[in-house]
Amino acid sequence: MAGGSIPSTPLLKDELDIVIPTIRNLDFLEMWRPFFQQYHLIIVQDGDPSRTIKVPEGFDYELYNRNDINRILGPKASCISFKDSACRCFGYMVSKKKYIFTIDDDCFVAKDPSGKEINALEQHIKNLLSPSSPFFFNTLYDPYREGADFVRGYPFSLREGAPTAVSHGLWLNIPDYDAPTQLVKPLERNTRYVDAVLTIPKGTLFPMCGMNLAFNRELIGPAMYFGLMGDGQPIGRYDDMWAGWCTKVICDHLGLGVKTGLPYIWHSKASNPFVNLRKEYNGIYWQEEIIPFFQTAVLPKECTSVQKCYLELSKQVKAKLSKVDPYFDKLADAMVTWIEAWDELNPSGSAAAAVNGSAKK
Amino acid sequence: MSLDIDGSEVDVVIAALHPNLTTFLEEWRPILSRYHLIILKDPDMKEELQIPSGFDHQVYTKVDMEKVAGQTSINFSGHSSRYFGYLISCKKYIISIDDDCLPARDDQGFLVDAVAQHVTNLSTPATPFFFNTLYDPYRKGADFVRGYPFSLRNGVECVMSCGLWLNIADYDAPTQAVKPDERNLRYVDAVLTVPVRSMMPVSGINVAFRRDIVGPAFFPALRLAGEGKCRWETMEDIWCGMCAKLVCDHLGLGVKSGLPYVWRGHGVDGGDALESLKKEWEGVKLMEHVVPFFQSVRLPRTAVTAEDCVIKIAGMVREQLGPLDLVFKHAADAMEAWVKLWKAAAPQSQINS
Repeated sequence: MAGGSIPSTPLLKDELDIVIPTIRNLDFLEMWRPFFQQYHLIIVQDGDPSRTIKVPEGFDYELYNRNDINRILGPKASCISFKDSACRCFGYMVSKKKYIFTIDDDCFVAKDPSGKEINALEQHIKNLLSPSSPFFFNTLYDPYREGADFVRGYPFSLREGAPTAVSHGLWLNIPDYDAPTQLVKPLERNTRYVDAVLTIPKGTLFPMCGMNLAFNRELIGPAMYFGLMGDGQPIGRYDDMWAGWCTKVICDHLGLGVKTGLPYIWHSKASNPFVNLRKEYNGIYWQEEIIPFFQTAVLPKECTSVQKCYLELSKQVKAKLSKVDPYFDKLADAMVTWIEAWDELNPSGSAAAAVNGSAKK
Repeated sequence: MSLDIDGSEVDVVIAALHPNLTTFLEEWRPILSRYHLIILKDPDMKEELQIPSGFDHQVYTKVDMEKVAGQTSINFSGHSSRYFGYLISCKKYIISIDDDCLPARDDQGFLVDAVAQHVTNLSTPATPFFFNTLYDPYRKGADFVRGYPFSLRNGVECVMSCGLWLNIADYDAPTQAVKPDERNLRYVDAVLTVPVRSMMPVSGINVAFRRDIVGPAFFPALRLAGEGKCRWETMEDIWCGMCAKLVCDHLGLGVKSGLPYVWRGHGVDGGDALESLKKEWEGVKLMEHVVPFFQSVRLPRTAVTAEDCVIKIAGMVREQLGPLDLVFKHAADAMEAWVKLWKAAAPQSQINS
């Protein structure tokens, strides 16, 4: 049975890192100060490393630019994208914490319908610390939320749920549309506050947006590779999508849960749809092949850790998607490089441990 | 709601488990007065029904049920009486609401037109093959998000719309017993498609469907030995809903969940959840057998209509679940009887999707 209300959410300030990719500035942190100041930030500076990114006073942070990435990873740095926010996954790799929250630098604090400012980080923590329910859909959404529960007909044997690996938040104001949709509806704003968190059922894929995302790094970290995007690559704006499809397949295989819904952040900047179209162009066609690939991907029973699952996926990408474009061949290699780099920076211990699937309350 | 609803395509089916429908119908009058109502009198009810004037309605009683259904393994008593309404209707859309529910108010304070919302859900596509994180992309102000494959954006026909309940949620007896004061106050402004292959508990309290496509899959079949008049003493809707979802998944049709809300509480037995627990525990145990069964069902490609699917599922139920409990054998019988009845009573329902 879903538990009673949690009186207060643990801060987890020593167990969570906030990863922020940036190429511009970090002014947005001022608005987040009341909610973020107690946490350690990992800033991944994209673009020109000679530029100085000013971090507002009072934040505890580590900052990595391209030179740092090259220095730390050596030749393996080739798997980290340049000139694309995909570079943020370097932050996941160097973190030593159990949880990651990542947010874009054009995302601000949103208000709920009562006018209250939303502590997005707190909601993500709530989502991650309570189980998911991927095996059977609960019509009242997250049964672990205060004021909700499992409905009549929900099998009791499934009410322990699965450990939550990912918490996917949403955005008010500028919605995360692709370029064609942006071009057709340039003025559409997301004004609908949907007061729900729900688990995406096992076997169902979704478009994972990296703008407002949190995950349990120990459970799923190695799957959060944001691919080869940006400079020198034929595709952009599919970094988080790629990570999301890999992550979901692996979560489904390992019995982990993915939640979506609250919290909302306020997305302030609409990127240029024409620029986006050029970046997404190949992706729009390729995803028609990529989606069936992920929908039919089967991981063998022997894949009992995230790394093993991920390496197996990279083999399947090479075998089945290379014919779509040679890019996937490169991507499959980069996936392997990523895991090698991950394991090097995170030698054995909890990050590489096999998941035993027990529900964490 | 700006959609123009053609009232002639809608039947609203209400199972009267309480004789006095005055409060119920007066509260629903602003919404229901333009539709034809099919009111089923619970065959076990002795008293006469009290129905206020001004509604276009037809009442069906035990006599009608016996005349149409004759000798049948189907038991139409209690909540199962509404299925008779589905059977004799000729309309495209069925909206079914329990007689202890009143119209809800949304988060702006406006009365929720549950019928219009259900019809909207059923007349816009569903998207079961890929999850859209902004929920129903066909709602005003929403769309498909970045990363949603274009080839899947046409969606599929939506044939089931599962609504929700404010105030007293549809909990089972154990949950009700542990949380007797909990009220569902959260108005979640979303409609979403329940993905393919995902099992779900379909509540009969507030549900709508395309009768012409999946009517045959909405049957009264699983009757608990201790089934009572309280919702938490029934599993008939849960069973039928799981079968209907299977049928939808197989035929490539969609199921939505979320809006509309109804306000549940009027006339609901404050009840003795602990008493009901003794009866419903049977249902709780049965669900444990049911889940692995539904996970494993594969329907043949030759099953192309809802009727075909139901017959196939009935056979599998008899074979695989029948040995576990007699209740399943009876359910299989009832499912087959239902399809026979359906074919006899409503020949125009055989539309291939």
